[in-house]
Amino acid sequence: MSTVIASVAVLLGAAFMFVAALGVARMPDLFTRMQAATKASTVGVILVMCGVAVAYLEGSVTIRAVLIAGFFLLTSPVAAHAIARSAHAALKREPTLSAPPPRSRASGEAPRERGTPA
Amino acid sequence: MTPLLPPAVLAVAGALVGGGFLLAFFRLVRGPTSPDRVVALDLMAALAVGAIGLQAIATGSHPSLRVATVLALVGFLGTVAFATFIARRRA
Repeated sequence: MSTVIASVAVLLGAAFMFVAALGVARMPDLFTRMQAATKASTVGVILVMCGVAVAYLEGSVTIRAVLIAGFFLLTSPVAAHAIARSAHAALKREPTLSAPPPRSRASGEAPRERGTPA
Repeated sequence: MTPLLPPAVLAVAGALVGGGFLLAFFRLVRGPTSPDRVVALDLMAALAVGAIGLQAIATGSHPSLRVATVLALVGFLGTVAFATFIARRRA
């Protein structure tokens, strides 16, 4: 019975981690990427650690797994908040940081450069 | 050294985590800005913690869970340090 519970927890956790990585790879924006990575990876780590605790059923391993899960639950939002804050400040400072558009900016600047001498 | 769960379960979970590593690495290489790369590194730290948990189940030896604890701590510190670096750059 505990094997079944641990297997389900480990598989769900690994699936959540994969979904987090898929979101990081496929989302269009920095902030959407960040929310996909933070929340889904936290749930994934917690589920895998639940699977470890149930698979071992030992006191010391359970304490360690709970420690890791609680640590992720505490630090992951703080880290995401720090990245979001600094990235938002950097984006306000230099707006071209988010999407460097080489082609559209070149075509937008070319008429202006031609226009100034004329 | 006997696995605590069926090997098929561990194989599927390991494949999912490995695929996650590849996707995060893609974003780390490709990411247009440095905050994107920091997000990918943060995710890779979480994936490494999950992979260590899977390894602890697969080998039946749990001392490697201490490595996961330290890795979670160092990953958090590294992310905060990179965020400070991004905030202070060209300030």
